[in-house]
Amino acid sequence: MSRSTWPLWEVFVRSQHGLAHKHVGSLHAPDAEMAINNARDVYTRRNEGVSIWVVKAADIVASSPSDKEPLFDPASSKVYRHPTFFPMPDEIKHM
Amino acid sequence: MNDAMFQYLLRLGDTTLVLSQRLSEWTGHGPVLEEEMAVANTALDLLGQARMWLTLAGEVEGKGRDEDALAYLRDAPEYRNYLLVERVNGHYGDTVARQFVFDIWHYLLLKRLQSSSDERVAAIAAKAIKEVAYHARRSSDVLVRLGDGTDFSQRRMQESLDDVWRHVGELFHDDEVTQTLAASGVVPLHQSLKGAWYEHVAAVIDEATLVMPPAEEAEHPAHRGGIQGRHTEALGYLLAEMQHLQRAYPGATW
Repeated sequence: MSRSTWPLWEVFVRSQHGLAHKHVGSLHAPDAEMAINNARDVYTRRNEGVSIWVVKAADIVASSPSDKEPLFDPASSKVYRHPTFFPMPDEIKHM
Repeated sequence: MNDAMFQYLLRLGDTTLVLSQRLSEWTGHGPVLEEEMAVANTALDLLGQARMWLTLAGEVEGKGRDEDALAYLRDAPEYRNYLLVERVNGHYGDTVARQFVFDIWHYLLLKRLQSSSDERVAAIAAKAIKEVAYHARRSSDVLVRLGDGTDFSQRRMQESLDDVWRHVGELFHDDEVTQTLAASGVVPLHQSLKGAWYEHVAAVIDEATLVMPPAEEAEHPAHRGGIQGRHTEALGYLLAEMQHLQRAYPGATW
């Protein structure tokens, strides 16, 4: 088992119940079970987690940097999509 | 009774301390980053357990020795660890084999110590078993990967397992210390852990497509004595490194 044959895994850790899993980094492991073990040892040493997801990096479909303009630029001119045009009653705090 | 208790606590404390020191030797030398982190985590867990056992040992002895005095100011013949854990690390497969046979035994022992008639022992065992449950899971998982890996890794893992087997017998050996304490329900007879150990270990070895070494290989009396203070030369080198600072500069702190 040489290092080069171990696939790369992306690691997601949920830090508290109720919060979403958050990407924390990546690691190498021969299979899913060892990826969970390795994630536990590399990324949850300081009490960071209550749940771990691992996903093979190769299975993640990512947007291409060259698609940045068609994907994201059109949204920048549409400020009305932000909910900032509603007057907020004074009694409602922390919004 | 008190002396038996002191001796037994030294066995637990020294065994976890020596194995911790051995495992920490992998730091900076691990085969892959992930394994190195895992080994270091295990070493730290065992060190924490050693501190609790040795602190309690010092209290039971009642001569004012604390965990540091016991760890740093005793020579090899006063150490009471099992011979298994003073073995040199060898290659990574050797370390995995040693860890695997140890972890399963350690888990089964702590499970029984949780219901010790001595509350202090039960409390330490209850704390330690959570860590050790993970150690056992991890070393089993790695053993299976290396055993059921390539032809090369399978052959080497089998050699490592055969090689470590001679030190298994001592883990289940009972003497006056365990017999005295077992009579009052402080510890289980180690012989009573053997059935469950063989059953569990056989299942993992089978999954790893390895062959169980013959049971009689574990029973040779030449490979016993650690818990009575008769050690291999390997322990002397380990202690020389571990104790160097305190021996050279007594009382040094930072």
